[in-house]
Amino acid sequence: MTTAAHSANPATAVGRPATPRKDKGTGVGGGLLTALTWVVAIGFFFPVAWMAMTAFKNENQAASDPPTWFFAPTLDQIRAVVADSGTFLGNSVIATGVSTLLVILLAVPASYALAIRPVRKTSDVLFFFMSTKMLPVVAVIMPIYVIAGRLHVLDNIWTLVVLYTAMNLPIAVWMMRSFFQEIPGEVLEAASMDGAGLMRTLRSVLMPMVAPGLAATALICVIFAWNEFFFALNLTASRAATVPIFITSTMTSEGLFLARLSAASLLASLPVIIAGWVAQKQLVRGLSMGAIK
Amino acid sequence: MTTLVERHNAAQGRRSEPDVAAVRAEAWRRRAPLLPALIFMVIVTQVPFLVTIWYSMRSWNLLRPDGDRFVGLQNYVDIFADSVFRGAALNSVLITLSCVLVAMLIGIGLALLLDRPFRGRGVARTLLITPFLIMPVAGSMIWAVSMLNPTYGLVNWAIGLVGIDPVDWTSTYPVLSIVIALVWQWTPFMMLLVLAGLQAQPKDVLEAAQVDGAGWGRTFVSITLPQLRRYIELGVLLGAIYVVNTFDQIYLMTAGGPGTASANLPFYIYQRAFLGFDIGQAAAMGVVVVIATIIVATFALRLIFRSFEQKD
Repeated sequence: MTTAAHSANPATAVGRPATPRKDKGTGVGGGLLTALTWVVAIGFFFPVAWMAMTAFKNENQAASDPPTWFFAPTLDQIRAVVADSGTFLGNSVIATGVSTLLVILLAVPASYALAIRPVRKTSDVLFFFMSTKMLPVVAVIMPIYVIAGRLHVLDNIWTLVVLYTAMNLPIAVWMMRSFFQEIPGEVLEAASMDGAGLMRTLRSVLMPMVAPGLAATALICVIFAWNEFFFALNLTASRAATVPIFITSTMTSEGLFLARLSAASLLASLPVIIAGWVAQKQLVRGLSMGAIK
Repeated sequence: MTTLVERHNAAQGRRSEPDVAAVRAEAWRRRAPLLPALIFMVIVTQVPFLVTIWYSMRSWNLLRPDGDRFVGLQNYVDIFADSVFRGAALNSVLITLSCVLVAMLIGIGLALLLDRPFRGRGVARTLLITPFLIMPVAGSMIWAVSMLNPTYGLVNWAIGLVGIDPVDWTSTYPVLSIVIALVWQWTPFMMLLVLAGLQAQPKDVLEAAQVDGAGWGRTFVSITLPQLRRYIELGVLLGAIYVVNTFDQIYLMTAGGPGTASANLPFYIYQRAFLGFDIGQAAAMGVVVVIATIIVATFALRLIFRSFEQKD
């Protein structure tokens, strides 16, 4: 398995432009396939584009039948959302930022121990980490709610920080371990022969080498924490509510709300969309690591 | 991995033979970096689960002040007699299976389309991954309101153009509506994984197959598909882990309705716990879900490991 894993290493392959193959991409058949690709791509993207358009409409245009395709854009909804979302945004930034930082601080030593200096029963430990990911959140929400209530930490942003850290830690350990395993043994040998200690090796030899992997891991943790809704819904009220809660709060039972809702959805999704677009290759690499090792 | 470890060990083995105490100290040095993460996970995930098991054997409804007494397995008997629970379990299976399978099939198709060189390929890929990056709450709202709303939704407008009467999607076909939103969100994930697999294919093998006169179909079935197998399995496993816990789409698109027609287990447990305040029964359902997940996951993992063994 090991040798196969090394030869079929995707890290170098992902994102590499495919070598042009002669009988593809040309001719009528190739043209049709390219056209099909674009139709499907635009189809998948369309709901997002429509949401972005609706964010710049007024409420009557947003909920018109037939739909309004051409209109004079307004910034009213965006302004209102920016004005109302301050607390929610602050909470989301704390919950996402601090939990991701904690995940990295805990995952780097753990995955180092599992990859480079394997402990006995490494696979058991890994299995434990991944099995917590399979534990349905609903199965632990009641005790967490009751315990948080007794500790007086309901509606407290630090409760979400702890839970988001636990939510992302398994996947981070799993991914980081794969990245550490990619480091060639000669590098460690050389560091050890030069008399570098553990901390020194970790800091000046290993960290620079896994930095891209670390970035990919952090990005995935940020995405999951930023988008998390279930804990936020059940464990927060007014003080610690996060951005997903803000989106649902723009829905009202009376009156029209679609333009406001779209503006909130657009602004809430924008950070992750941009980060994901910029870091596509790292994202793919991080996610596909587990398929190889 | 083994080679790396062996080399590392060899590097250390050049020192003089250590005694037992040193071996033990070394074992602890190896283990130490692992402990903070391990202890944190045990406290935050395992302790609440043990408490859930304890709750599941109590009759505890926050609305009834006399409650909170030990009832043994009575809650388990009650939930299996509860037809809504069985319906929610069925919906969980239905939603997870259909979403993962459909998303994977479309994902494979899209990955194959994107593996061809054409101008603007990067842009097409960027457009295609966007649904995966959208906040699920926002994605659910786009589908529930902008797309599937009975009066001003775009889907009804589009089918109206070809003369089909408007449909109240989330009331008439609630499970289908949820699956549509989920497939939209998860297809890009499957596509990315399969694409990574396609691009990791050794090109010389493909060329050799072409030289030998193997057609596209033959090459796909006997070379590409076996190569993609691990990527597909990983996608199905990770996808299933997340989709089985689907809550956002159901809460926001149908609220489990009409009635309880589209509730899955996470949503029904949420209802019993936070709207019905029935801690005991909700906990018992949680335990059942965990046991079912363990059975399915073990089965899935074993399947995957078996395919590894066959391959090697």
